Amino acid sequence: MNIIVCVKQVQDPETPASQFRVDEAAKKVIPPPGIPPTVNQYDANAIEAAVQLKEQHGGRITVISLGKDTARDAIKQALSMGCDAGLLIDDPAFEDADAYQTANVLAAAIKSVGDYDLILCGRQASDWDQAQVPQGLAELLGIPSVTPVAGIEVTGTTLRVKRLIEDGYEVLEVPMPALLAVSNEANQPRYPTLKGIMAAARAKVDVKSAADLGVNAVGRKVQLLRLYVPKVESQIEWITGETPEEQAANLARRLREERVI
Amino acid sequence: MASGVLVYADHREGSVLAGTKEALGAARRLADQIGGPVSAALIGNGVAGLAQELIQSGADTVYVADAPALDKYTNATYLPALDAIVSQADPAVVLFSKSLVTLDLAPRFAFRRGVGLANDVIDLKVENGQVIASRPVYGGSAMAEVLPEGTPQMFTIRGKTQEPLTPDPSRQGNVVPVSVTVSEGPVKVIDQQKERASGPKLQDATRIVSGGRGIGEAKENWRQLEELAEVLGGAVGASRAAVDAGWVPTHMQIGLTGTTVSPDLYIAVAISGAVQHMAGCSGAKTIVAINKDPEAAIFKQARFGVEGDWKKIIPALTKELKAMM
Repeated sequence: MNIIVCVKQVQDPETPASQFRVDEAAKKVIPPPGIPPTVNQYDANAIEAAVQLKEQHGGRITVISLGKDTARDAIKQALSMGCDAGLLIDDPAFEDADAYQTANVLAAAIKSVGDYDLILCGRQASDWDQAQVPQGLAELLGIPSVTPVAGIEVTGTTLRVKRLIEDGYEVLEVPMPALLAVSNEANQPRYPTLKGIMAAARAKVDVKSAADLGVNAVGRKVQLLRLYVPKVESQIEWITGETPEEQAANLARRLREERVI
Repeated sequence: MASGVLVYADHREGSVLAGTKEALGAARRLADQIGGPVSAALIGNGVAGLAQELIQSGADTVYVADAPALDKYTNATYLPALDAIVSQADPAVVLFSKSLVTLDLAPRFAFRRGVGLANDVIDLKVENGQVIASRPVYGGSAMAEVLPEGTPQMFTIRGKTQEPLTPDPSRQGNVVPVSVTVSEGPVKVIDQQKERASGPKLQDATRIVSGGRGIGEAKENWRQLEELAEVLGGAVGASRAAVDAGWVPTHMQIGLTGTTVSPDLYIAVAISGAVQHMAGCSGAKTIVAINKDPEAAIFKQARFGVEGDWKKIIPALTKELKAMM
């Protein structure tokens, strides 16, 4: 089974609000000093799903990322978890790519890699939360897609996919090749083994530019007009008391006084 | 020439979703500024009866694609139906309300049309005849103003951010059947499983008690939150940390990738207040935070803060409220 996993390197979502800065003129988020970027969490779920499928059915996993040179680390992490090959699309013209550009670059990269049975992505990225690239990529490639995915089984050339719905899930049968956008319910990403880390350190990551793929002229479909940090003014009232019981009584009284209950 | 606003009518089990009515309210306000009609795209099997409800909520025209092959949602079957409706209605703007269906449908549709889509927006405004949206990014740490290009402009709206119109039973509108030839798509829905708790649905509850990492695995701990919720006539929710740990089912998750709620009262118990969580509950009128860490981020957005051990405070609060209500 040939699997392709698309990953994105993102600013650590655990970055404390106090260290979050925006350059409003450049409309960019300023990377917080001392906090390294990480693999997008849902993409880690996609990597884990791919590795589990490889363990069950054999095959080869290629990891693709559009990003800066640092995104090599994200690819290396995927390799250390059990993926086989890595491709980084590093192109300054696409540093702030929107979903349309990203999906077009990834589609071209996937075509350059060759045949595949399954493409796995995370359901959305924790930085821009657009949740568009997986479905857009499937549309560009003309293959079936499902999101958000909570489980995957393979029988022959058909996938049995658990798709989240508002109050549970449904089970879908999806022919391959297909694209699935994986949610955190699907699995718990593994920690790389020492052997995996050492193999990943030695592995070579291919690097291409958008021009190499012939997609350097793809423009944006969504203009970013403004980026800012919204002001939140705390208006907290602390509920005190000598004992927890007194705190609870004071809270109940204040909620009643403010007509909340 | 393209004009007006079209809303994708999202429905489940024979009911129009609340978010669709909110989107119709937003559509009405946008159409007042950019001109043209408000229309709705109603797609499914045996759904034509919902058209009147959409008209009462603000649609001038409801385009209906009704076919047995559209009984269960898959993007392969719904995309051609929506494409046919949008071609016929020719709107300047298409609005979706955020749901697990539109999460799948809207981006693929935007790509099929080759136009821009702004997902998960919380505010819409008109400048120079074009619609500009605000959407939280970086889990709500920042706000982006964006302009999707192309015609129609497309947006997915976060729930509870737009006011629906008051339903008007005397409102008149047109119902236009759209014939689409839909064959069964490549993807088949073969089973559906519900994981539903008793009591009010999370998104409908006016009072919510929500637990986080600090609640722990023990069933009796979650039972404490349920007892408080029962006294309040509300529902119990959870942070992603609690869901990921497997302590509570997925449908209880509140946050960016769970349910968005905007109750009158939100009691956050042992929840740190990560931005991803706050994105799902920041619409609450009153947030009460109970946490042993006074530095927890949740306190920055709470109206009332209680520093202490929830295990002692919650039972006492339940007792107090039981006596009071």
